Amino acid sequence: MSAPSSRGGRVARFALNAYAGLALLYLFVPIVWIVVFSFNKPKGNYNVAWQQFTLENWKNPFSDESLTNAFVESLKIAAISTVIATVLGSMIAIALARYKFRGSGGLNFFLVLPLTTPEIVLGSSLATLFLDWNVTRGFTTVVIAHIMFQVSFVALTVRARVRGFDWTLEQAAQDLGATPVRTFWKVTFPLILPGILAAALLSFALSLDDFIITLFNAGSLVTFPLYINGSFRVKFPPEVNVLASAILFVSVALMLMGTLWGARGRRKSTA
Amino acid sequence: MSDVVIQLDHVQKSFGDFVAVEQADFGIQQGEFFAMLGPSGCGKTTTLKMIAGFEQPTSGKVLLNGVDVSRVPPYKRNVNTVFQQYALFPHMTVVDNVRFGPKSKKVPKSEYEPNVAQMLEVVRLSEFADRKPTQLSGGQQQRVALARALVNFPSALLLDEPLAALDLKLREAMQFELKRIQREVGITFVFVTHDQGEALTMSDRIAVMSDGRVEQIGTPEEIYNSPATLFVAGFIGSANLLPGEVAGTDGDDTVVTLTAGPTVRARTDIIRRVGDPVSVMLRPERLTATAEARADGRSIEGTVSDVVFQGATARIVVHLADDSEVIASVITGTDLPFLHPGSSVHLSWDPGSAYMLAGWPRRPGATASDIDTLEELADS
Repeated sequence: MSAPSSRGGRVARFALNAYAGLALLYLFVPIVWIVVFSFNKPKGNYNVAWQQFTLENWKNPFSDESLTNAFVESLKIAAISTVIATVLGSMIAIALARYKFRGSGGLNFFLVLPLTTPEIVLGSSLATLFLDWNVTRGFTTVVIAHIMFQVSFVALTVRARVRGFDWTLEQAAQDLGATPVRTFWKVTFPLILPGILAAALLSFALSLDDFIITLFNAGSLVTFPLYINGSFRVKFPPEVNVLASAILFVSVALMLMGTLWGARGRRKSTA
Repeated sequence: MSDVVIQLDHVQKSFGDFVAVEQADFGIQQGEFFAMLGPSGCGKTTTLKMIAGFEQPTSGKVLLNGVDVSRVPPYKRNVNTVFQQYALFPHMTVVDNVRFGPKSKKVPKSEYEPNVAQMLEVVRLSEFADRKPTQLSGGQQQRVALARALVNFPSALLLDEPLAALDLKLREAMQFELKRIQREVGITFVFVTHDQGEALTMSDRIAVMSDGRVEQIGTPEEIYNSPATLFVAGFIGSANLLPGEVAGTDGDDTVVTLTAGPTVRARTDIIRRVGDPVSVMLRPERLTATAEARADGRSIEGTVSDVVFQGATARIVVHLADDSEVIASVITGTDLPFLHPGSSVHLSWDPGSAYMLAGWPRRPGATASDIDTLEELADS
């Protein structure tokens, strides 16, 4: 791009940069805040005012037992629900992209529905259902609730990837003597795997930080977001910042790996 | 016959009300280079897919080495396909692409590895074995697709518009390359094309298809010199089709009174009675321009309307008495002095050069597209 030569152009350019800077600031200040305060040594129960720098919190992130329990529950819920939702969602996505069948339009509609319905409606109606059926709410009901909304996310994410899939590759595999099962595992699956992994990561994150739907269906179970919300009334320990920052770092690392991997693949393919 | 590899037995394929392939009934011989030629939508690709197993015939049978395979899935048929866009597996190296077939068929590694190496040798890609397909040029990808199919030693190799995705120069080189590979491995090649030049250059036999029907099956010479139908005459090469009526016979020739005036003699393979509507086909390159009429009924008179000089030859458009226009390709130098727009000329031909077909063409004379091409050249 050539630099704008007129005075008005320079002013406009400065304004645009300032605007972009402010927008980024707005996005990142809360995140930076969380990370910075994970190194704070708070006075009292609330980690809200900066006192002094310490690595103590990072050395013992699991010192608060109830927080640790909540965190582990959240990881377990996210892992189980993600595996199930990824399998189900990917199958829906492949079916939708691969075949034209009666009711595929209706299925599309039902896929988008959970994404557009307010969480409060999903959460409360599911809780009502469990109440009507006399199901004790706890770990299992939360897993079921999470799978419910994750399936939609997975199906839509994977479908976006599968939509550009060259189905003649499947014909080619069968032409070369591969059974439909072998065709799927050796050709289709490896090629759509990046899409499936992306969808799994997304739905894992969605499960980990879900609050509203979980709140309605958790019963006496306490997950990480529920713990933070509850503890806020009596205390706000810095370990919360540590675990939140850890999650942030892990997801950024995964994202970087994905980007680098993708870039490497592209470089190789154009070499 | 025992050496028939593929036999189509009254094969019919419909999609709803649309008949894609109508009563295809022919055999393909062992070791043959067989082309299915026709414009898009003529049913040639559907026919190929029925041989490969990706489509099932609505009625009739597909036999492979004498066995009915009409309902056998593609992965259990001993034929392999080279797809139009090659359909190479992008996540596998070249050599893994080639290994895919034998591995799928559970051939022992010790058995297939020499074949894989040999096929990469045949298509001259040994040094590219560890590359990914996306790192290869279009022509190289095509050769990987060939090796991947041939390594299975199929009863027949099916090629779906194999050269369509290549640029012109590469396409000509690949025509010879395909012929060489076919001679080397001795496997039956069945290829689908809409390009008559490709079909004429490469094939042992050609099936010309139109609107789902096989119009004619024959060697390139037969199809070019003795087309069975008006469609074949117009589709293969350039043809002047002059309508007329049968007037009688003279030895081996049939005598035809043309709508454009003269009575001419033509060779034919069909039996017609006096008065039947027929067309006489004259290939532009078989015509010579002369100042005088030939005495033996092998010439026609007209007025030159366009001359396009092309070096060794010139193409002339000649206006006939029935307002139709014919194209002749004449040798420059000898004929040219008296050829200019407006001059009267006799177009004559040697015995055997005029061929008679049943029916009248939709448009008498040269095909509209040939005339258009020439007029564009003349104007430029």
